[in-house]
Amino acid sequence: MDVILLQILNGLDKGAAYALIALGLTLIFGTLGVVNFAHGALFMLGAFVAVTINKILSLENVVLSETETTAWGTPLEIRTPIAQEWFGDFGLVLVDYSVPLSILIAVPFMLMIGIFMERGLVRFFYKRPHAEQILVTFGLAIVIQEIVKAMYGANPIQQNAPEAFRGAVDLGIMIGSDPGVIVYPIWRLVYFGFSAIVIGAVFAFLQFTTFGMVVRAGMADRETVGLLGIDIDRRFTIVFGIAAVVAGVAGVMYTPILPPDYHIGMEFLVLSFVVVVVGGMGSLPGAVAAGFVLGILQSFASMTQVRDALAVLGLIGLDQIIIYLVAIVILLVRPRGLMGRKGVME
Amino acid sequence: MLDLINEKSARKDYILIGLFAVAMLTMPIWLAPFGANYPDLMQRFAIFGIFATGFNILFGLTGYLSFGHAAFLGVGSYTAVWSFKLLGMNPIPAIIMAVLVAGLFALVIGFISLRRTGIYFSILTLAFAQMSYNLAYSVLTPITNGETGLRVLNSDPRIFDDKDAEYSGSLLSNLFGVEMTGMAGFYFCAIILIITVFIAMRIFSSPFGMMLKAVKTNQNRLNFTGVNTRPYTLAAFVISGMYAGLAGSLMAIIDPLAGAERMQWTASGEVVLMTILGGTGTIIGPILGAGLIKYFENIFSAFNDQTLNAFFGFLPETLREGVVAVTSLFVGEGWHLSLGVLFMIIVIFLPGGLVEGMQRIFNTIVAKGQNKDTASSETKSSPAVGE
Repeated sequence: MDVILLQILNGLDKGAAYALIALGLTLIFGTLGVVNFAHGALFMLGAFVAVTINKILSLENVVLSETETTAWGTPLEIRTPIAQEWFGDFGLVLVDYSVPLSILIAVPFMLMIGIFMERGLVRFFYKRPHAEQILVTFGLAIVIQEIVKAMYGANPIQQNAPEAFRGAVDLGIMIGSDPGVIVYPIWRLVYFGFSAIVIGAVFAFLQFTTFGMVVRAGMADRETVGLLGIDIDRRFTIVFGIAAVVAGVAGVMYTPILPPDYHIGMEFLVLSFVVVVVGGMGSLPGAVAAGFVLGILQSFASMTQVRDALAVLGLIGLDQIIIYLVAIVILLVRPRGLMGRKGVME
Repeated sequence: MLDLINEKSARKDYILIGLFAVAMLTMPIWLAPFGANYPDLMQRFAIFGIFATGFNILFGLTGYLSFGHAAFLGVGSYTAVWSFKLLGMNPIPAIIMAVLVAGLFALVIGFISLRRTGIYFSILTLAFAQMSYNLAYSVLTPITNGETGLRVLNSDPRIFDDKDAEYSGSLLSNLFGVEMTGMAGFYFCAIILIITVFIAMRIFSSPFGMMLKAVKTNQNRLNFTGVNTRPYTLAAFVISGMYAGLAGSLMAIIDPLAGAERMQWTASGEVVLMTILGGTGTIIGPILGAGLIKYFENIFSAFNDQTLNAFFGFLPETLREGVVAVTSLFVGEGWHLSLGVLFMIIVIFLPGGLVEGMQRIFNTIVAKGQNKDTASSETKSSPAVGE
């Protein structure tokens, strides 16, 4: 029982990341009918916003000490973060909380990138074949990746969670099991909570605001909404921006879990596509549900007991490909996906 | 009537393939002025020409955009190396095995992926390729040798090889005594390229090819008229996979080792780019694209800051530093950035590729010649870009 619970928890953080990216992909596909191959690059850009903010905040002022010397006899360098000089101890808190703080920057930045991308590139491709839409966003993904690689190098860059959220918490005690069985890193819990909030916010935005209502109407029948005198294109542009923000903040918060490098986006993108396909193209709840389900499934398949049991059956290495296998089965049995609407992209 | 057309197109094909063969085989001569006539590069021209030609049979004819073709390339490479390990260093069994295994692999993947069209198909093939890549790195390590890459060892069985023969250095593939390296390797690849291009030509002008083109134009209408398109698309997919497997085996023949990085999505993207750059749906386009990309990759990757400084030596100091700083982003390590930018430019402005571009220029010139006496303003209205 405890073991099962632990695996569910283990699957949650990855599932949350899949769900957030898939949500953005579905939003874009549902409104604009474009499959955005550059969406993984947006996730990666978000992660590198966090890296940049951290770099800026931890800039140091190096002063050569007049009295102290190092073991080599050279003057000792005294390094103080500039933030500390400016804000005192509060500056150190800023450095510590650089990852959550990055969200403040990432939201406007990603919104801008998203809107710029839609207005500057994607909108010229609405009437062109799907293949060309895929290709141009794929090309864009390569360009973004390579720019990031040129700026930050090819190696993963470790980011730390704030001091207070490092380490693990023993969740098992809370539900009455033995201590030390269900130990879970705090930051992953934070990530899960954060993604739940973001997903909730997106759904609330679409469900309870006039803007969201118009967008939903546009998803159902774009032409009619346009005929009613509503500027649906502008609203869809903003939806693209929102999708970019969702991917971006997902990337920001994921940095303490997995050190970002320039091709982190593509790895997540392929899996998110699978998530979208399983959930049902164009279905927002489907994307979220499938994201979590597949994340948890993946963590179950990598469990030692399950792996041993599967190895007995001759299914070695199933944990590597379980997601793809599920997608294949779903596509063969139920082509529209788990929650896809009938007739949409079947 | 149909026979007449076939006969006519066959004659045209023979002439074209003859010209192409001459062009390929004299490559070492006419590439000399470009400084690209060394065997290593020309081998890559030929191999990627085969790869792109195969991809074009699927994408160019049926319009199905596969994002996982590198998987077949990788499978071909692995199979060829295994053939070396078990059967000996003769390239012929390696090629046959690689083509068969890649074809089988394509049959399975195609059978599943082709149940869906459009975007779904692209996503599915991408997922399959990524899956193969993951497997090659992890579970299949006994077969693929994981990150180290698979290579032929002296201690391998190689049952048809003369084991007593003295080997100097690493093992090379040899065709009845001719070692597949340098110019011999190039001619071997070139001849195979010529054969495969001829097969592709015949496919293009065959009734089968017509059917594939019909699938691209309007698959729904074809289905409504009672044609089951699945066998045709599956056949195209398998043929295309076999081409990729063949290219993969040639890679292993030239350099007997295989690694999983050949299956990565970037490799799949590269072949898409080659095909699109040259011109989708044309015979010569993909080969042209493959050649150009490999040529520029070779040149661009070799640049570093020093060569750039020398290149821009005529500029004043301050300006030169700026120019070098910007251009160095695009060369050397950053070659992939130029590739991405090129990719986008081609897709945005010239979806038909270079072949279409040349046709446009040709048409404009012809039109200019005809309208010389009349107002020449008409000729300026070139076809709108990005339609």
